Amino acid sequence: MAKKPIAADTRPWRDPAARPFVRIRHVTKKFGDISAVHDVSLDIYQGELFCLLGGSGSGKSTLLRMLAGFEEPTAGTIEIDGQDMAGVPPYHRPVNMMFQSYALFPHMTVEQNVGYGLKRENMPPRQIAERVAELLKLVKLEGYGQRKPNQLSGGQRQRVALARALAKQPKLLLLDEPLGALDKKLREETQFELVKIQETLGVTFVVVTHDQEEAMSLATRIGVMNLGEIAMIGEPTEIYEFPNSRFVANFIGSANMFEGVVVEDEPDHVRIRSADLGTDIYVGHGVDCAPDQILWWAIRPEKIMLTRERPAAADPGDANVIKGFVEDIAYLGDMTVYQVKLDNGKYMRVTKTNSRRGDPDAISWDETVWASWSNSAGSVLVS
Amino acid sequence: MGELEQLRRLGAGLVTAAPPLAADLPRRPWTFIQRWLAALGISGRALVIAAPALWLTIFFLIPLAIVFQVSLSQSAIRIPPYDPLITSDEGTVQMTLHLSNFIRLFEDPLYINAYLNSLKIAAISTIFALLIGYPMAYFIARSSDRWRNILLMLVILPFWSSFLLRVYAWIGMLKNEGIINNVLQGLGLIGAPIQFLQTDFAVYIGIVYTYLPFMILPLYTNLVKLDDSLLEASADLGSRPWQTFISVTLPLSIPGIVAGSMLVFIPAIGEYVIPSLLGGSGFLMIGRVLFDEFFSNRDWPMASALAFAMLIVVVVPIMFLQNAQNAVVSRK
Repeated sequence: MAKKPIAADTRPWRDPAARPFVRIRHVTKKFGDISAVHDVSLDIYQGELFCLLGGSGSGKSTLLRMLAGFEEPTAGTIEIDGQDMAGVPPYHRPVNMMFQSYALFPHMTVEQNVGYGLKRENMPPRQIAERVAELLKLVKLEGYGQRKPNQLSGGQRQRVALARALAKQPKLLLLDEPLGALDKKLREETQFELVKIQETLGVTFVVVTHDQEEAMSLATRIGVMNLGEIAMIGEPTEIYEFPNSRFVANFIGSANMFEGVVVEDEPDHVRIRSADLGTDIYVGHGVDCAPDQILWWAIRPEKIMLTRERPAAADPGDANVIKGFVEDIAYLGDMTVYQVKLDNGKYMRVTKTNSRRGDPDAISWDETVWASWSNSAGSVLVS
Repeated sequence: MGELEQLRRLGAGLVTAAPPLAADLPRRPWTFIQRWLAALGISGRALVIAAPALWLTIFFLIPLAIVFQVSLSQSAIRIPPYDPLITSDEGTVQMTLHLSNFIRLFEDPLYINAYLNSLKIAAISTIFALLIGYPMAYFIARSSDRWRNILLMLVILPFWSSFLLRVYAWIGMLKNEGIINNVLQGLGLIGAPIQFLQTDFAVYIGIVYTYLPFMILPLYTNLVKLDDSLLEASADLGSRPWQTFISVTLPLSIPGIVAGSMLVFIPAIGEYVIPSLLGGSGFLMIGRVLFDEFFSNRDWPMASALAFAMLIVVVVPIMFLQNAQNAVVSRK
């Protein structure tokens, strides 16, 4: 379902010479004394589907509202398509927004709602009718033109809102929690449609969401926001596999996190002694750190292997292997989650894909097991 | 303890599936009343509806019937000053219906003019109240929570003083040696005082001033519910603020406009005090004519006929407006 990445060599954010379509520079927004957005800089490129991901109060919606023109930045600049947006009111911006509540005009029919922006452009009525019909076809709502918003289901309203936002062929479409009000099944279908529409039209999308699954499956790139600042910007795989901080590692997916001290710092490997974990961690690549520096090591549950026998140590000095005790198991069907208690009382979360049907030999409760991982499975985090 | 007992019994009931005994119901006084009423075929719901119905019957429908009856009788010099509708004479009961009063309403231009004038004054006052009240209601609805309550308070504040007192205050403002004329003269803008009192202008001021809160409050309750995101969506789609007002705010506030206009228009038609105090002696409004018929001419039947006709004049526009409002509400 994920949007196919634009062929590797054409990912514009990897090309330093590419001209960003939206350029946000050191933008800060204060409400009274509180900074909702603090010194955010961000480039978004033509044709991207960019997700701003964050919890409530992370400033993602405020940033979106500044792009739409409903809020003016306290400091910093926003450029869209090379044009500085300072002081440009919403009705003069080449931007349309799909609101979280959809904000459909209750006194207008679906057609009038979708055609509202076109009417403002003084488009002749016949052309408006044609364009509206085209848009309703795009969102699969042919025949609903005469209905009022209150005669539509949640999913249909969402599509009217999308059609209305697309009507003026904006260069940039802002979507505030576009799928938030839909139930799970509908959300998955709509996600797929949204990506398809975005690909067909080639419009740049900026999506605000608090749902990491939604962000991972929709986005070409994700900007993770925390407390008004951008914590990390990257492609979904980068965000998941190479988080840059403890916040990002914990926010996206689940991670086992252990504190440790660098005891060996070589260009080709690093050894971390972790009392938190109870064994040495041998990392098979150089890390930018100082000896004796305290840092954190995070590993995803699916990257840990569980065995009954101690595996032959692959890494020098008994590193990357630890003994544990299976305290709890959650069987989820597609995979099983093991809650492994380590000797020092800490817990490690391990998941295993159930590739064998009804495996009779599966590791069970109260077994003593060995957890091991490859020397590149974890991320070393310094902040 | 009692609950425990009940739970236990409930549990037992579940196990044995025995129907709960009537004696197991909680013993509250109203349970008995309810049961007693139910035996007579009266439910609590009927009682709740009956209370306002009874009120309306005693204090509205019966008096209305009496007025209607008086309007069909003939005026006479006696107490009360009209002939009874039903007379009995030597075993025959006779009912005489005099339609002359109603016929006179249409024949005498005095009454027709008074009605038309009342309608005109009420309509113009309503329009002005709307033009003044809408921006005020809009402003209050858009201001911050803290200010909103203060401003609403200020709108309601005049109700805390006597209505008559406020109309008299306007006399003090408008009369030839009143505040307005004094200030204008003091500034040298006018040589001689302008005649405000006893003009239509003064009556409009009085009515608009008095009924303005009735326009503002329903408009406010409507406008305060307006979803900000609709206004943002409109701006986002290319509407300037005035276009957003015309195509979003105004249509969505029609129920408030209708309610406010009704609350101003209806009492303004029958208004008596304001035109008598602020208007000239020749100022004709139906309320004034009605007063004169009752108290100066002591022609109760004529006055009753006038009152009844006024009721119709008022009820018909209400029905129209109500229809319009229902149409708007159901369209939403």
